[in-house]
Amino acid sequence: MLNYALLLYAAPYSHQAALSALRFADTVVANGHRMKTVFFYHDGVHNASALMAPPQDEVHLADGWRRLHHEHGTELLVCVAAGLRRGLLDVSEANRHGAVSHSLEAPFALTGVGQLIDAMLTSDRMITFAP
Amino acid sequence: MTDVSISRPVPQDLLVVLRHPPHGTHWLREGLDVALVAAAFGQRVGLLFQGDGIYALLKGQQAGALGQKGTHSQLAMLEMYDIETLWVSARGLNERGLSTDDLMLPVVPLEASAVTELLQRHPHTLIF
Repeated sequence: MLNYALLLYAAPYSHQAALSALRFADTVVANGHRMKTVFFYHDGVHNASALMAPPQDEVHLADGWRRLHHEHGTELLVCVAAGLRRGLLDVSEANRHGAVSHSLEAPFALTGVGQLIDAMLTSDRMITFAP
Repeated sequence: MTDVSISRPVPQDLLVVLRHPPHGTHWLREGLDVALVAAAFGQRVGLLFQGDGIYALLKGQQAGALGQKGTHSQLAMLEMYDIETLWVSARGLNERGLSTDDLMLPVVPLEASAVTELLQRHPHTLIF
């Protein structure tokens, strides 16, 4: 069994990479490996939007990531610097910045790039999905 | 002409590959952020500038008319974070009519075969 981490740079629906990352993660657990961490960076932070509302006949990417967390304990880490400047704010950041709403909720978690380095060092494989 | 290093490059803990110019996208800024944070976490970090990423190193940069902050201030911080292993693609330099004298930091130009070896020998590689 290997511990996998994914690094996702691609925005949802704009690029195949976001869907490919989710399909890869599902395949990792289907093959008996551990899908330990997904780190959302660059435009990939948009995958964590609590406000995502795709048509019902399309894959709901944020739901897919949440399912992975609930069924397999996958950490869903969103870079706080990349997220804030793109409008991904949890309740406390939204309050701190006086925003009208928040757009990110658990199990997604805002975190620093240090957690990416930690995921890289503590996983057997880290795979990047980029547009 | 650019002198190409003949000694084998020494791999670091993490190789960060930078392929985008300072303006136009956020790739370079966010790539350099990862390099700086990794160094702050005690990792030995090497940077490889490829393609238009070489423009990041051009002298005389400033926050420009595009309204972006640019990346020269991040590059100025590399030394403070002990990131002093900078490689550039020799072909990328030649294709752009540049030499190492045009760049703001000391770099080691690498031939294509050495770039391939660099990627193979690093335990971790992040590409931006």
